[in-house]
Amino acid sequence: MKRIQAIVQNYPEGSQTSAISMALDIVQRQIGWIPISAMHKVAELLSMPRMRVYEWATFYTMCKREYRGKYNVKICKSLPCMLRGSDFIIRAVEDATGCCAGGLSDDKMFGVDLVECQGACVNAPVIAIDDDYYEDLTVCDVYNIIEKLRCGDIPPSGPQGGRYAAEPCCGLTSLQTGPPPPGYCIQEALRQDKKGDGCN
Amino acid sequence: MAGVLARVIQRTKPQLGIIGPLVSIGNSNVAVVRFQSADAAPQGKQCGAPLSDCDRIFTNLYGRHDWRLKAAMARGDWYMTKEILLKGNAWIINELKVSGLRGRGGAGFPTGMKWSFMQKPSDGRPKYLVVNADEGEPGTCKDREIMRHDPHKLVEGCLIAGRAIGAIAAYIYIRGEFYNEASNLQVAIAEAYQAGLIGKNACGSGYDFDVFVHRGAGAYICGEETALIESIEGKQGKPRLKPPFPADIGLFGCPTTVNNVETISVAPTICRRGGAWFASFGRLRNQGTKLYNISGHVNTPCTVEEEMSIPLKELIERHAGGVIGGWDNLLAVIPGGSSTPLIPKSVCDTVLMDFDALVAANSAFGTAAIIVMDKSTDIVKAIARLIMFYKHESCGQCTPCREGVSWMNKIIYRMVDGNASPKEIDMLWEISKQIEGHTICALGDGAAWPVQGLIRHFRPELERRMAAYACVCGPSKAERLY
Repeated sequence: MKRIQAIVQNYPEGSQTSAISMALDIVQRQIGWIPISAMHKVAELLSMPRMRVYEWATFYTMCKREYRGKYNVKICKSLPCMLRGSDFIIRAVEDATGCCAGGLSDDKMFGVDLVECQGACVNAPVIAIDDDYYEDLTVCDVYNIIEKLRCGDIPPSGPQGGRYAAEPCCGLTSLQTGPPPPGYCIQEALRQDKKGDGCN
Repeated sequence: MAGVLARVIQRTKPQLGIIGPLVSIGNSNVAVVRFQSADAAPQGKQCGAPLSDCDRIFTNLYGRHDWRLKAAMARGDWYMTKEILLKGNAWIINELKVSGLRGRGGAGFPTGMKWSFMQKPSDGRPKYLVVNADEGEPGTCKDREIMRHDPHKLVEGCLIAGRAIGAIAAYIYIRGEFYNEASNLQVAIAEAYQAGLIGKNACGSGYDFDVFVHRGAGAYICGEETALIESIEGKQGKPRLKPPFPADIGLFGCPTTVNNVETISVAPTICRRGGAWFASFGRLRNQGTKLYNISGHVNTPCTVEEEMSIPLKELIERHAGGVIGGWDNLLAVIPGGSSTPLIPKSVCDTVLMDFDALVAANSAFGTAAIIVMDKSTDIVKAIARLIMFYKHESCGQCTPCREGVSWMNKIIYRMVDGNASPKEIDMLWEISKQIEGHTICALGDGAAWPVQGLIRHFRPELERRMAAYACVCGPSKAERLY
């Protein structure tokens, strides 16, 4: 509640409805999904019509209006992931969690969803489990990740194939030297203001 | 979607292509560069070459160094920011104009000009800067690397851009899925506040400026600037009709400028090293450096900063380890994120990666997210997959897009199996032409272009599938009906 009030402060007066996305996000983090009673409370808090909250919750894909499991596994199925084999990943996740896409596993542990592009195409194929991205997956990795989650561990997120971020996987092709120091090649107009070290 | 969702003005003057001079690229391969000029042959550079490391702006692109304030300052961020701010808005805008920076979100609108629209005398309303970090176009993942590894470049960029347009605050609209990236950015903002770099009397320049992070909730359409503004206001992300443009009535009814993350993040470096330095890269009207995302069927998919106008082939071979199975195994490339029409191998051999060259090749530069497809790809299925994406992400406000994209989706999924009539290819083309340009925002265009690209370059493949289907299963239902 306090956090919602703090967030409302970010926006100009009379624009408290802007905080709806954060408010519903907080609700979802607390409860795991957004029940209609919570929507009513948010509407009351932000003094907006209930209908506006329903509109928001139905429009955006990240608002879950039903329970999607303890771990919500979201598999990216967009083109770059598809080219790198997301069809196999989908099958592997379905097999490992024991529930088909769009469903909830019997023990309510996993909810598997197919989603559109997650914005990590260079590290395709990607699955997102709650907030964490698991990238550069192979079918083997999927089984490992699901098995670890089942045992209560959170496996390390990020690329699974050994690279750190979005660099080429076998050695850097750029940025091999360290970054230049501050004021490197600073332009003349600024150098007059202050004696920069500039290009030597 | 930080996206291509701004209407690209396609220049389709039917001038003949001119044969450019012979240029040597890379390992002394000699290639004939053929480009079609819009007005006149661009002067100056004819094609881009690999950048040297000291000319790269995003020095921590791969997260090899710390992203926090202290390390960012050691890399040169926040250096002499006060002096830049004190130079005033006209100076900053002039630097941006000299640099020739075009918006990096897809449409390629000149940034300096966009900022100068905000110079009208104030009528008492505050002005806002909105940063579009709603990156969700299939293929595009450049802003994510900036926000998680170089967030201070973005925060500093917000301050400089805010000074240039006279804004009181910046809202960074970051897509909801990027939770870890948003938290990095939030920490960076908190550090900058603590160090007095933003907030009241930012950097000691006497200028007050706030930066807020606003997390979205997972809608590609919110990368369109007016939809993004609606979304920040707490409404459904449905684009507004323009005019009035956001520069007149934008966020909370006040003048607003919406820029992409990459556009904002390069601004401080441009101001420090000078617009002329930035303009020395790339061809005329396509100047600067750019983050390229190379995904799909390449040996080492990666994000890399390179010069504009670099030949596509060189980019793929140098940084992405080449196409899987060699260059001859290439089928087609989507050069600028999913909204742009694909280009077949024959074009890929010589095309340059910049706005004008790709428009001349009947495609678009978009966000420079290169999706490579080799010969093992089912090209019809790939495009069908993209149309499914647009069907899912259409906000449903305009009928041509809501209904038309669903129709296209149905037809093209039948075409994957060949269960269609050759006459339907023209029908599909017509539907896509009816969607294009008849919607409020550019999502309709973005959905229509991939289909047009497919029909333009792979019509024989579609017909072959239909013939094969007819051989096995007899005439399709569509064939019998039409």
